[in-house]
Amino acid sequence: MQRIPELFARMTGDEKHEWAAASTIDVLWVLYDRVLDVTPATADHPDRDRFLLSKGHGPMAYYAVLAEKGFIDESTLDDWTSWDSPLGQHPDRVLVRGAEISSGSLGHGLPIAVGTAIGQRIGKSRGRTFVLVGDGELDEGSNHEAIAVAARLGVANLTAIVIDNQSAMHGWPGGIARRFAVEGWQTAEVDGRDHDEIFAALSAPHDRPYAVVAKVERSY
Amino acid sequence: MTTMREAFVRTVNDGIAQDPRIAVVTAVISSNEFPQENERVVDVGIREQTMVGVASGLALTGLRPVVHSYAPFLVERPYEQIKLDIGHQDVGAVFVSIGASYDDPVWGRTHQSPGDVALFDTLPGWTVHVPGHPDEVAPLLEQALQDDNRVYVRLSLHENTRAYPVGEGFTAVRHGKRGVVLAVGPMLDRVLKAVDSENADVTVLYAATVRPFDSDGLRRAVEETDHADVMVVEPYLEGTSSHLVSETLQQIPHRIRSTGVKRHAELRNYGTAEDHDAAHDLDVVGLGSAVRSFFRG
Repeated sequence: MQRIPELFARMTGDEKHEWAAASTIDVLWVLYDRVLDVTPATADHPDRDRFLLSKGHGPMAYYAVLAEKGFIDESTLDDWTSWDSPLGQHPDRVLVRGAEISSGSLGHGLPIAVGTAIGQRIGKSRGRTFVLVGDGELDEGSNHEAIAVAARLGVANLTAIVIDNQSAMHGWPGGIARRFAVEGWQTAEVDGRDHDEIFAALSAPHDRPYAVVAKVERSY
Repeated sequence: MTTMREAFVRTVNDGIAQDPRIAVVTAVISSNEFPQENERVVDVGIREQTMVGVASGLALTGLRPVVHSYAPFLVERPYEQIKLDIGHQDVGAVFVSIGASYDDPVWGRTHQSPGDVALFDTLPGWTVHVPGHPDEVAPLLEQALQDDNRVYVRLSLHENTRAYPVGEGFTAVRHGKRGVVLAVGPMLDRVLKAVDSENADVTVLYAATVRPFDSDGLRRAVEETDHADVMVVEPYLEGTSSHLVSETLQQIPHRIRSTGVKRHAELRNYGTAEDHDAAHDLDVVGLGSAVRSFFRG
């Protein structure tokens, strides 16, 4: 992970410490470094693990990780968001190798992830689906449709990671994990900055859909 | 007598049985028509946003999803999902609606979708079929199931007395010199009656597919008349295809008369589909009046 600050700075300029504030950076790193069975060579393979970044806003951490893992050429970071750059402020799967979905509008990734996980099951794929959402994003009602459906349909090869930086306007009294648990998901809560905790949670076996709530410091 | 909906169900069920790529996603409506025990048949409950999202995910894994509901719940409620989960993800799907503009007006405005085709028209890359007869449904759908593109099929309870060959652009069902009437889907029979009742010497084109728009077919038909006057009769929002008629005829002075479901007011009336046709001047009398005034002189 030591190159992440340098890669991050190629997008953000001189702000040396901006990368550390990215709420998703630690989860993304652990996913691509230790959890996901996908490489640039297997990015189109039916048995790959699929990672869907639903919270597409603030994608610098995602691009930095994709560059470090060789999915995208790190030189593309330098002129990101320019006219013919493949990298925008919201990722476009058609333009970014390794990006499983285009995102930006909130509340789309989890329903799509239910579909890819079912599709993997239909295709007898070994692959799993992981989707990352934000706690603010959970405001969108489409997520709650998908949370219910995933459990009722027994979509066991689906893991939702909720980055909880307490950015939801009206909060989630009682906690986010309960929203999933009451629908029949297996749940875990981790320190979203602790790589070993994140890894342990994301590696835990589950025979039903699985929600991992990764708590990070509050964002303002 | 087979309805369009029955033809759709039969075609899709044949597809499920024969092609391991075909999947069906529903939100309760019509779900009992499909083999729920098949893992490629997914009902998500009354959750239309997730219905489209799940279809997107299935398409991303290489399946060919058929997505089905009553028109307003298929198209209007999850419109952003259609735009982003299907179009922006650059995947294909076959969307099939029932209910049309006002097939069952006793259910009121909530179950009417005159704007569905106009909404699809805001999105690039959609093929739109508006069959006018149940026998046109199977060939259109069979092709759609084989392809990878984005397709909307708009089924209705209202139909013409006979089917026409589909998939080859507009079909000329009558030739004249005074101008051209383009009749879309179930409007054809009424258009022919209106034209006959007015003794109008016009060409009548029939369209079961409106997107892509058969510009070449329309241009050829116009060139064979003495006046570049085109009346478009659509069973959904009036003027939905006017921009394409204008584009087709941009090199020649022309006139356009657009008829369809009127845009100016919400009708808070129940009654029958025929009542609504009359209110929108889409019955034989209303269409005859439009033909008479537009093709005068």
